[in-house]
Amino acid sequence: MNPQGLVDGLIAGSAIGLGAIGLTLTYSILRFANFTHGDFIAWGAYFTLALLGGLAGLPGLAAPLGPFSFGASLVLAFAGGALLTVALALVLDRILFSRLRRRGADAIILVMASFGASIALRAALEFIFSSRPAYFTRTLQMAQPIGPGLRATPDQMLALGLTALAVLGLHLLIARTAAGRAMRAVAENPALAGIYGVDVARVVRTVWAIGAAMAALAGVTSGLLVQIRPTMGFDLLLPLFAAAILGGIGSVPGAMIGGLVIGLSEAFAVQIVGAEWRAAVSFAVLVLVLAVRPSGRFGPRAR
Amino acid sequence: MTALALSGLQAGYAPDLPIVKGVDLSVAAGETVAILGPNGAGKSTLVKAVAGLVPVLAGRVRIDGLDVTGAPSYRLCRMGLGFVPQTENVFTRLTIRENLEVASDRLTRSDRAARIGETFAMFPDLGARPNRLAGALSGGQRQMLAAARALLARPSLLILDEPSAGLSPKLVAEVFATLRRIADTGVTLLVVEQNVRAALTLASRAVVLVDGRVAHDGPVAALDRDRLGRLFLGHGAAA
Repeated sequence: MNPQGLVDGLIAGSAIGLGAIGLTLTYSILRFANFTHGDFIAWGAYFTLALLGGLAGLPGLAAPLGPFSFGASLVLAFAGGALLTVALALVLDRILFSRLRRRGADAIILVMASFGASIALRAALEFIFSSRPAYFTRTLQMAQPIGPGLRATPDQMLALGLTALAVLGLHLLIARTAAGRAMRAVAENPALAGIYGVDVARVVRTVWAIGAAMAALAGVTSGLLVQIRPTMGFDLLLPLFAAAILGGIGSVPGAMIGGLVIGLSEAFAVQIVGAEWRAAVSFAVLVLVLAVRPSGRFGPRAR
Repeated sequence: MTALALSGLQAGYAPDLPIVKGVDLSVAAGETVAILGPNGAGKSTLVKAVAGLVPVLAGRVRIDGLDVTGAPSYRLCRMGLGFVPQTENVFTRLTIRENLEVASDRLTRSDRAARIGETFAMFPDLGARPNRLAGALSGGQRQMLAAARALLARPSLLILDEPSAGLSPKLVAEVFATLRRIADTGVTLLVVEQNVRAALTLASRAVVLVDGRVAHDGPVAALDRDRLGRLFLGHGAAA
């Protein structure tokens, strides 16, 4: 077996993990599987791409930063793209999901609404940007040796580092801060959280914002390392759900580890059974986890 | 001064099916009032409506003279209403300390630490193991934690929904001793109870609800056993 699968799997898994974090957070707070999360990934990438185009005329910003394939313009564009993705998620919640919640809609209604919104968001991307693949940069990078039989480009190493930082930061936020305690309280019992003085609506907005920002980061790292397509997030949905469920709903480290397990499983499955079975890996993991331990490997044990 | 005033309060989960059917009630500041009544009388629905957890269908709720009808529970908490539900009254996946921190996160770090320190002094059992998960506590300890959490915000009005439910007689005595200490600090207490004997040792006034309406409202001393029995059984409800 080629050990390069380890690097490929970790890189693919980090994008899956980032996406799964947003999915698992919104599921734990809002109690429904949000299909639009994949589209936040794609919109995050396209928002960044559009802003990058706008910054192209500014001198000095496009020059590559150190060993990387992109310049400061992509960093600035990502900051704006992440904010716009957060705004998109909050607007969608305001005009769609919060109205349904107020009417006491069942989870299945929210899931169907998110499925419809997902189709609309994807169609809007294709209408605005076309379905042709796009790229943040066309600079070719040479993969450097990083260990026995292992190679990675500087962009790939950066994506892994950024993912690790984001996950660590988010984990600390949830475990150590007032906002994190409020999120955990609302996830367990929203009515009781209100009695404790927690503004549940504000916590819901915070969770949408965090999930959307993580999705934007996943979209930009994925777009930087592969390509940008309107369906890039939708294609990730099955691995995202598999990672979130494997990691245990509500667990940020669990979602990340779940993402890495899915990414590595896919990478090695490609070598063992062929690339055409790649998508089946997530499905197999999902079915296995649901059959053996529905609360996930890292989630609370079912009582 | 009136801590809580209800006028013509109707409340329930469906607009055409009120469970509380027009309650008028006034509770003075510092008073301890027991809400009694047979099962299904609407006692819990009444206090949940006051706490913003059940829709108010008609009538008004005033706390310290302010109209708070329909206000969300988090605003009521910030206005000085402490509510301790009968069940699911602590966050089981959070530690004892985290439960108290969630209730005091709007304070400054030093104020929060001071209040939690005071709480642990008042409830030494909780202070002995602050990092224990609340889910690992016994029923009595959970009630203590729930009451401690509610007190942490220094409420002017504390409402408890059946604080003795599911507890052994020894724990009931402990919980009511704690409530007596709380009442002695001047906090207005409204206690919904099925354990009539325990409630009447605590309260100075009893309100009996039957079928969503006030059937009796007066000093505990004026509520003799026969009268209570008639109120509980005279309407065909189980005691």
